[in-house]
Formats: sequence, structure tokens, C-alpha cells
Amino acid sequence: MRDPISKVARQMQPSGIRKFFDVVAEMPDAISLGVGEPDFDTPWHIREAGIYSLEKGRTFYTSNAGMPELKREVAAYYQRRHGLEYDPRTETFITVGGSEAIDMAMRAILDPGDEVIIPEPCYVSYVPCAVMTGAKAVTIPLQEKNEFKLTPEELLGAITDRTKVLMLAFPNNPTGAIMTREDLEPIAKICLEKDLLVITDEIYAELTYSGEHATIAAFPGMQERTVIINGFSKAYAMTGWRLGFAAGPREIITQMVKLHQFAIMCAPTTSQYAGLEALRYGDEDIAMMRESYNQRRRYVVNELNDMGLHCFEPFGAFYVFPSIRSLNMTSDEFATRLLESEKLAVVPGTAFGSCGEGFIRISYAYSLAELKEALSRIRHFIRGLI
Amino acid sequence: MLRDELLRLIRNNSRIELKDLAVMLGAEETAVANEIADLEKEGIICGYYTLINWDNTNEEMVDALIEVNVNTSRDLGFDTIAERFYMFDEVKSCYLISGRYDFLLMLEGKTMRQVANFVSSKLSPIEHVTGTATHFIMKRYKDYGTVLGAVRKDCREKMSI
Repeated sequence: MRDPISKVARQMQPSGIRKFFDVVAEMPDAISLGVGEPDFDTPWHIREAGIYSLEKGRTFYTSNAGMPELKREVAAYYQRRHGLEYDPRTETFITVGGSEAIDMAMRAILDPGDEVIIPEPCYVSYVPCAVMTGAKAVTIPLQEKNEFKLTPEELLGAITDRTKVLMLAFPNNPTGAIMTREDLEPIAKICLEKDLLVITDEIYAELTYSGEHATIAAFPGMQERTVIINGFSKAYAMTGWRLGFAAGPREIITQMVKLHQFAIMCAPTTSQYAGLEALRYGDEDIAMMRESYNQRRRYVVNELNDMGLHCFEPFGAFYVFPSIRSLNMTSDEFATRLLESEKLAVVPGTAFGSCGEGFIRISYAYSLAELKEALSRIRHFIRGLI
Repeated sequence: MLRDELLRLIRNNSRIELKDLAVMLGAEETAVANEIADLEKEGIICGYYTLINWDNTNEEMVDALIEVNVNTSRDLGFDTIAERFYMFDEVKSCYLISGRYDFLLMLEGKTMRQVANFVSSKLSPIEHVTGTATHFIMKRYKDYGTVLGAVRKDCREKMSI
């Protein structure tokens, strides 16, 4: 029989972290700081809107790009948060989570031979999505000394004649790093000078704990070369609803919608009704959840530093990314031994790119009591090493 | 600002230790301690209670809501009458309300008879009371924002990227 598998699929590296996840799953008594999703339930009024839509029989496809009223709310959101004007009909569309939007944006923009610059550590899908288009993923290892922000020098060093896209993801998973307006300004300037497009994954935008979230799309000349990707998962605790959105120049969004139509048809209708409620009436929920994450963030950072695990202060998402270099072991070793001896799971930094070596990702989307227990186990583990 | 966030934080969990409160609020421990002392002094924090679901104990406990109508007069306002109600230990809560009745009392008793006796021998005879309606609570589902009896389970996958 001929080889049933495509070269592209076969050559794609599987996520190395899967094996570790399986080990954790085999240990029912283990506790975890390894989740990448909120610990809040979706606010009831949002769930209720989804339920009500089902009761009303809203069980059909929506238009491919999503319900017009939801797209209007997306446009209104960017107007409200960043003063950006998007035509809801042609410059926004609704996706199956931010993940799909990332895939569609890359497919719409990249050709084989193009290069896309991807700063690491980062979410695991950017490189594979780029590879699937035949483009080359050029990664930049971000530095802890720069608080895991992308610097203009790093960006300039990675640009070639073939560079077409810069992928940005701030607030960042796994580091919790953010980039402020001041940090983004020189990056935007380079993008204009070098004629780069930007795909910016801003799924954690609402979980910013120092000032307001800044988007690169807001700089003069950038909106027409930037695709913003966002969604409901983190801001409204709606991971399981699989609902996201993209906003960008008409030319690109049109192509994304075309591909989305063939691959997906449309985002789930029930989720879109829930999303409508979220964007219209969910700002208070966001404020409540953000305040709660922020309190736990301060707690975890303080505890880690207190036990000698150096960690820079992350101002976004719900992760801290402490360095374990002082303990003379790899991230994998640390995670494996912590799991074996303390029955506590954390994610090794290498899951997010090889430059994550020497770090672990800790999620603080847990109750204070759970965080206390887990952190005392880390403390106990480290004490045993010294 | 510290005050508002502090109140929101301890509103649902008054047992967070002072040193953790300070870290979580990004403030000095003494600043938080002083703020709490001030809040108590100013009568903003009025107590720290434990939410107990008596239904799950062997303790007999009967709760009732009692609507009360009263006659006020020039020398006798609601506040004075309210005092006649809330001074009884059995009265857990006492509210002046709008609508068909003037007051709503929440009563805690050991038995239904005890509650009935309170209404007939203590409450009704008060000269300003013109009428009462007693509602026994049959089951409590949610109190103070907490769904009783529901143990929250973490339904998330243990690990996700």
C-alpha cells in the first residue's frame, strides 16, 4: 500500500508535551498548576443566553462570517477599547476560537517560501500553522532580561527579504509578558519600514494588570497591515464554547472567510448567541475576574520569589514563568521529578519552544487554597534539593 | 481604592490571613491591618460570620420570614418600632421594606412551636403591630451568594496549553 500520510503531516513535529500530559492523566491523585484556562464558570447570564437560543430553536447555520449583530459587537468592542474603526460587515468575522483564526490568517497570507517571524516562548500552534502553509517559521528566542518582550534589535536581526509576517502574542502564554504602547512603537515602525504584516493574537487582552492593553493595530498605518485575533475563552471564561473573532483589513478578512467557509462553515450558533450577550453585557464580569486573577498573581509571584525561584513580574494572562536554572536541572527533569515526588503537575517551559528551557509555566487560575497547597509542595520539593 | 478592593476580597472569604491579604492587594501588611481596623471602627465591617447549612447537621432549626405591618405616629417612627423587634435574640434580621408590609423579620427558632409562640406572645402584642404574616422556610437553596450543599468540582482537564 502506498504511504497514506502526507509529507506535511508526517514531518510536522508532534507537541512534545503530550507525553507528559498522559503521565499526569495516569495519576488521579496528582494536583495540577498546568491548566491553560480560567477557573471561573462562564457567567450565568451568558450561559443562559446560549440556553435560551436553543429553546428558541436557533439551531441552524449562521452566515459564514458569523451573525451580523455579533460582528457589530466585535466592531463596537474595538471602538470602545482602542478607538479603532472596523466595518463589521467586511473587516470582522467570527471563528471557532482564536485557534482557528490563527490558522486562517496564516493560510490567507502566507505562501510557500515566505517567512513568518515567531517570537518564542509562545503558544504551540503558531509554528505548525505556519508550516502547514509551506512558509518558514523563523523563531526569535525572547529573553528574560527583557521581561520576554520583543525588542526592535531582535526583530531587525530576524528580518530577511522573504519575511512577510510578524506574529505577536501579548499578553503572552506562557510567560505572562505584556508589551506596552511604548514597547510596541518601535516594533510598529519597523513593520512599516520593512513592509511586514502583523498577526497579533490578543486572546489575553482583557487580562492585563498594569495599565490598559495596547494593540499594535492602533499605531498610524498599522491597522491596514494587522490582523487582530481575539476570542471569548479567556476574557469571559468560555473556553469550551469555542468562539473567537478576527478583525483586520478587508482584503485579508475576505480571504479568511472564504477559507473558513470551506473548512468550518460557521462558528457554533449557540456559542454566537452566548457571545453576543458576553460582548454586550459582560464588561463587569471581566472586571471582577481580572481583579481576582490579579490578586492571585501577586500571591504566586511573591511566594515563588520567597522560596528562591526567581520570577520576573508578569503583567498579563494568568501565568507566571519562574526560572529553575539555579536548581541545575532541565525543565523536563524539574516537571517530572516534581510530579513524582510531590504529585504536582506544572508545564515545562520547553513545551513553548526550546528557549523555554530553564523555566516552568505555572498557572494561577486556581483557588487560593489550591495555590497554597501546590506552592507548599514546590517549596518542599526545592528544600529537598538543596 | 485599597478599601474597595479589600472589601470585595474579604466579602466572600473573611478567613484570608493578613499577610496574604497584603500580598494579594499589593499593599503593606500594616496598611491593610489599619484599613481593617478603620472599617470596623466606622461600622462598615460589622462582623465575621460563618455560613452554616443547618440542614446537614443533627441540629433542629426552624427559620421563618415574618412580614409585619405597623402603625406609626408623629412621635413614633419606624426606627423606634424596629428596635422593639430587633432587640429580641430570636430575630436574626430586621428590615424596613417597601410594598404591602412595613417590616420583614427573619426568625430563628428551635421548633415551629417556638416560632409560633414568638409571633403570638411577643410580636403581635406589641401595640404598634397591626398585622403579621409568617412564612416558614422549608428549604434553603442559596444564602449570601452561596449555593448550599453544592461542592464545586474542577471539571477542567488537568493539563492544557
